Amino acid sequence: MILEQIKQGFIRELAEKAQREDGRGLLDYRTISVQKGFAPNAEGSALAQIGKSKVLSGIKFDVLAPFADRPTEGVVMVNAEFSPVAHPEFRAGPPGENSIELARVVDRGIRSAKVVNVDNMLVSEGKVQGIFIDLYILDHDGNLIDTAALAAMAALKDAKVPKFEDGKIVRGSNAGSLPLKDIVVSTSFEKIGKTIMVDATDAEEIASSGRLSLSTANDSLICSSQKSGSAGFSKDEYMQMVEWAMQKRKDLLAKI
Amino acid sequence: MVEKADLFKNGKRLDGRGPKDLRPLKITAGVLDRAQGSCLIEWGRNKVLAAVYGPHEVLPKHLADPTKAIINARYVMAPFSGQEEHGRSGPNRRSIEISKVAKHVFENAVLVDQFPKTMIDVHMEVLQSDGGTRVAGITAGAVALADAGIPLRDMPVGISCGKIGEHMVVDLDKYEDNLGDSDMPFVILPRTGEILLSQMDGMLSREDISQAFDMIFEGAQKVRNMQIEALKTSYERMATHAAEGGQNQ
Repeated sequence: MILEQIKQGFIRELAEKAQREDGRGLLDYRTISVQKGFAPNAEGSALAQIGKSKVLSGIKFDVLAPFADRPTEGVVMVNAEFSPVAHPEFRAGPPGENSIELARVVDRGIRSAKVVNVDNMLVSEGKVQGIFIDLYILDHDGNLIDTAALAAMAALKDAKVPKFEDGKIVRGSNAGSLPLKDIVVSTSFEKIGKTIMVDATDAEEIASSGRLSLSTANDSLICSSQKSGSAGFSKDEYMQMVEWAMQKRKDLLAKI
Repeated sequence: MVEKADLFKNGKRLDGRGPKDLRPLKITAGVLDRAQGSCLIEWGRNKVLAAVYGPHEVLPKHLADPTKAIINARYVMAPFSGQEEHGRSGPNRRSIEISKVAKHVFENAVLVDQFPKTMIDVHMEVLQSDGGTRVAGITAGAVALADAGIPLRDMPVGISCGKIGEHMVVDLDKYEDNLGDSDMPFVILPRTGEILLSQMDGMLSREDISQAFDMIFEGAQKVRNMQIEALKTSYERMATHAAEGGQNQ
């Protein structure tokens, strides 16, 4: 970690000249790859990689009590695990604020765009389908939000809905693919000095003063936004990032 | 039972407001005795109390930063604050996330490098909630910081914007938040126009987002004026008290 701290000055100097340590342009993603079906016991799974960052998403269906005000709606839950395998600063234990933030940002994108239609997911009286989306951070070299959102979306696309009989789930059964309304992708920007760049590495995130993550549901609609870190963004910067998010969307979409 | 169709009719919202109108707002600074700075904000039916302690010694000690003060922001809703059932006491996933983004706001606005190796607490307690509690809390937190005499670059102002059907509206209440199509809480610095907090759910086009900014910048100016008034009133009260030879409360 000391190394990244020392590198901050260097990364800031490069950013001022619109350059990056690994030679990328400010709006270039690293290599993106997705491997679906990584954990086949889960109803859906995908390992997503952006550069050296790796996030595994697993999807499990279950039978749950519905929310009181939505008795027939299914329940989708997103949880993130910052596993200690991923980074020297990650410790085992209850979820910290970064893990909660990541899970909730990914959740808001999927929920806002109504990616999964949760209407009429009643299994039997007082029981509905529950869909657990778990995000396991396995290797952290920056931009975990985009990597995790990609893993979640790919795992949803991989998911096979099990059969439900007599109010119970039939494990290992397959009633078909999970229908998805839109494909949501997240694009995160970091501000280093006055320079804004996409898909930051861990070292770039340490040098950054703030982040804006925007999720897009299609080429013209933003479905979630989250600003993090102390930096301020102007309206012009924000609107520019909205345009860029809509443009960069296709790079990610092609991999899901 | 309020339905979505009731939210916006003939250019008016459920409570009679136009799209750009704020709910009634009252800000009172210096409402607590022990805290270094405090503020009660009453915004619509929201009541949020903010208190500031510090700068003080950093606990736990290893978090101390030799270059600046650490902000400890805590947003939490009282279990009786909602219209629904008794909530759980203490922080939950939602409030931990909100506390995190609130911390980032104050890290930006407070001149943290003037207080190295210290911690500044900003507590935001939602006592009664009616939509927009995080922006009300941060608006109150800013006043409490100024009331504590902690130097700020500018007063952060929280304000929300959202979409009901085809209409963009500012300062959403609980019904609009629950039944509307989108909710975007913002915190900005009105003097520089910087956006310090932006969250969002729902689906918005670039035009919607651009319009949202215009609406929140306009609304934020009104809120900022009331923040400043609240501080002036509090200082006048102190000056009067001192002139009458009174002890500090």
